[in-house]
Amino acid sequence: MNPAYQPYVNPGGLDYIRILPELILSVFGMMVMVLEPAVDEKGSQKTLGAIALAGAVGAIAASLYQAYYPGYAFWKMIRVDSFSVFFHVLVTMIAAVVILTSFEYMRVQRIRAGEYYALILFGTVGMCLMSSAVELVLIFIALEISSISTYVLAGVRRKEASSSESSLKYFLLGSFATAFFLYGVALMFGASGSTNLDQISKALRTQPVPALAYAGVALMFVGLGFKVASAPFHVWTPDVYEGAPAPVVGFMSTGPKAAAFAVLLRVLFEANAPGRVWLIWMSAALSMTLGNIGALVQNNVKRLLAYSSIAHAGYLLMAFAATPQTGMSAAIFYTAAYAAMNLGAFAVVSHFANIGEKYVTLEDYAGLGRRSPMLAATLTLFLLSLIGIPTTGGFFAKFYVFGAALQSHLVWLTIIGVINSAIGAYYYLRIIVMMYMRDGHEEIPISKIPLGLGTALAISAAATIYLGVFPGRVVDFALRSAGELVR
Amino acid sequence: MNIEVLSPFILTLVTFVPAGGALLLLLIPRRERDIRLFAFTISLLTFILSLHLPVHFKANLAGFQYEIDHHWIASPNIHYHMGIDGISMWLVLLTTFLTPLCVLISWNSIHDRAKEFFILLLVLETALIGVFTSLDLFLFYFFWESTLIPMALLIGIFGHERRVYAAVKFFLYTMIASVFMLAAILWLYAKTGSFDFVTIRDAIAAGSVPGIVTAAQLLFLGFFIAFAVKVPLFPVHTWLPDAHVEAPTAGSVLLAGVLLKMGTYGMLRFNLGLFPVQARRNAGWIVVLALIGIIYGALVAMVQPNMKKLIAYSSISHLGFVVLGIFSFTPTGLNGAMFVMLAHGVSTGALFMLAGVLHERRHTYEIREFGGLATSMPTYAAFYLFIVLASVGLPLLNGFVGEFLVLSGAFRANAWYGVLGATGVIWSACYLLWMYQRVFFGKLAQDVNKSLPDLSGFEKAALWPTAVAALVMGSAPLLWLHAIDPAVRNSLAQFRQVAVKVIGQ
Repeated sequence: MNPAYQPYVNPGGLDYIRILPELILSVFGMMVMVLEPAVDEKGSQKTLGAIALAGAVGAIAASLYQAYYPGYAFWKMIRVDSFSVFFHVLVTMIAAVVILTSFEYMRVQRIRAGEYYALILFGTVGMCLMSSAVELVLIFIALEISSISTYVLAGVRRKEASSSESSLKYFLLGSFATAFFLYGVALMFGASGSTNLDQISKALRTQPVPALAYAGVALMFVGLGFKVASAPFHVWTPDVYEGAPAPVVGFMSTGPKAAAFAVLLRVLFEANAPGRVWLIWMSAALSMTLGNIGALVQNNVKRLLAYSSIAHAGYLLMAFAATPQTGMSAAIFYTAAYAAMNLGAFAVVSHFANIGEKYVTLEDYAGLGRRSPMLAATLTLFLLSLIGIPTTGGFFAKFYVFGAALQSHLVWLTIIGVINSAIGAYYYLRIIVMMYMRDGHEEIPISKIPLGLGTALAISAAATIYLGVFPGRVVDFALRSAGELVR
Repeated sequence: MNIEVLSPFILTLVTFVPAGGALLLLLIPRRERDIRLFAFTISLLTFILSLHLPVHFKANLAGFQYEIDHHWIASPNIHYHMGIDGISMWLVLLTTFLTPLCVLISWNSIHDRAKEFFILLLVLETALIGVFTSLDLFLFYFFWESTLIPMALLIGIFGHERRVYAAVKFFLYTMIASVFMLAAILWLYAKTGSFDFVTIRDAIAAGSVPGIVTAAQLLFLGFFIAFAVKVPLFPVHTWLPDAHVEAPTAGSVLLAGVLLKMGTYGMLRFNLGLFPVQARRNAGWIVVLALIGIIYGALVAMVQPNMKKLIAYSSISHLGFVVLGIFSFTPTGLNGAMFVMLAHGVSTGALFMLAGVLHERRHTYEIREFGGLATSMPTYAAFYLFIVLASVGLPLLNGFVGEFLVLSGAFRANAWYGVLGATGVIWSACYLLWMYQRVFFGKLAQDVNKSLPDLSGFEKAALWPTAVAALVMGSAPLLWLHAIDPAVRNSLAQFRQVAVKVIGQ
């Protein structure tokens, strides 16, 4: 009898608890969709946003609750472990912060789109599933759920050509990339006889690794590399980020990225993927270098942050080339720290951009330090964290990643990384210099920070500082989840 | 109450009171007077607290005192480990001594965004003290990097015309250099599993660190590059004149007074402490660089038309003495190096304050804009003369003691070092006195200069302590040296043990 064969068992209560966050998010998402035509035009945005926020908060709670019920669900397609809980909490928190940022943005941009909030929630469902799925086909479906939502979100500024361009570009290239992923899954199935990560891992360990498996891993990496915007699959990033609405960029650059990294971690480490070091080595070195060099010449802050996100994908990938135990915990920590600082930075950008995203060039930020000290100070914090200055999460993130790489004897990769972070310091500093050391343009309006955005900024800033001063607990958690995955 | 109960916490207190003050300052409404007063109170409180250190310091004990050691982060194994010896104690005192004076000298010169200014100043103070008190390499690096941001912002926001250029140059220079140190620290951590200074030092001395023999030279250089840029040693000194000329007065005072000493302190503590063998091996070219710095700095200072630039180059020259003293490996030289650090902190700090006073009145540092000021500003001229003489190294004032000790140490190491170094003393007399002559003597050529007001109360309050300190340090140097000497001898003793061991193998 085929060892993979299992008799059909009806899913029980525990199975549903193990997908509780996804259920909550879907229910709230549908509520938003249903209510959208019912609520009046003026109050709609706020109400729908509040419902979405409630859904996200509920999902956070559910994810934490899930931690008490680790184990498999739905015929071993899903596994709840510390790792999945970590990414669930991270992704749902990202969603909550993005929703908070969006209140003001949607009002100012006069976008009437109830589906906006629903799509954020649906996208989050996909990302959550990506982190807990241990079955390649389910991972693929989750990937598609999250991708399709983000394709639409990118085009939500319907009247702007750049937004539609962004959406279309993202959609075309994205579908292309997911096709690669699917192809990789198929090859992997051919090589190992299963789509279940456990089985694949077992199969690859017991028999000599077939060449097909290498091809499978490489193709899956292409698909996921696209999602995390790592070189050489990064070309879409600047254009898409430039055109998409600022809060959505904040979302895209953290949520799907975190989820894709989670999948990458599972696929590469749990399935013990062959040939990973060299593949990752090249991609990491390329991403860091191309990202940083590209960012040097940008004058649009969104484009600049797009290139910076490519560079950060590179730093993060360094951890994937390291030995499993240290590399994984470093990568997990980096994902969290990066999410905090990048979300914060984009929250500031979306507040400052104003109607039609008019003010997004570097020049517009001149004198912000004088005109809005709080806004400038928080953006400075996030930028310092992106540079990797001590007392910010970005510092420890880099620290762990470089440390892991060194421990795995990846000396050259570390050197490339260090040089790149020095280059990176320059363009982040340019923004800080602009804000504090140049005279401003009085005609650019700066509105007061509303409550929602203020909360979002406070959460991101607190997380950035917390990870920078007391990284211990998160690292412990990361180490524990890494330990569970790499056995 | 027995005040000694404070001892276990005193370092934490002294380090973080300024930062706590800065946080409170955030909450104070933007009324300039309150802000200044509050900042002054905090910095003065820090100074008073820091007086606890020398009072209860046990000079006869080798090793670190007032130690505090807590777990901070489990992985990586980082401790909150602080402690001071005779070397770092006085540098802490120097910092806490200069900061209140910086607040005073900025009293009437900073109006725009005063709140930000004083917050940055206090944050900078915390970072500086932290650098001198940390005994965990990670903590050290953490504070080391933390000094960068407030200083760069002080220059970049409150500086003069080319401030942005200077701030960015300063930031990039030191940031890039310290990456090398970080790499060295990480290597040490990877091999020893600890960031603790004492643990690592003992492990290296015992020869129990795998791979240290081949890596030591690179590690030595990693640390050295970071420190050399900070000192700054020739040829990586080019950021300093720019930073000084553009910085606001208080920024210059702390930059010259304390920030540069981070470099020499680092050499003393880490380059000598961790890698004694390599320190001796590399001493040759380092001393040559120091000597070049002494002479080159002095010669360039001589031809500067800009008063602040002149003082900046004189700093390069004086800090050359410190490096010379450190790498002479004699107790006398090391004592002297320490003393020059302190003396230079006080007198160059004062010189920058004096230059700032003039800039506030005339908005220029150009020497040729002045002349004959002794008639219009007599008190100012008197202070200036006193400090110039202290800087030049007049016996009984603070500059003399340190330079004398350094030179006699250098003579003992190699006569040529002493001879060449000694010329620096002559040069410094030349450029400082010549500058003094051009600014204060002669005719009052320009009308604007005739009506310049003399020192204000706040300015006097800022300058008096430095003058008194210069005099006391010069006439009773043993007050300082009795704590420095054991620490220096202690580090040299370890030094010899290791040297003997390695040579014996």
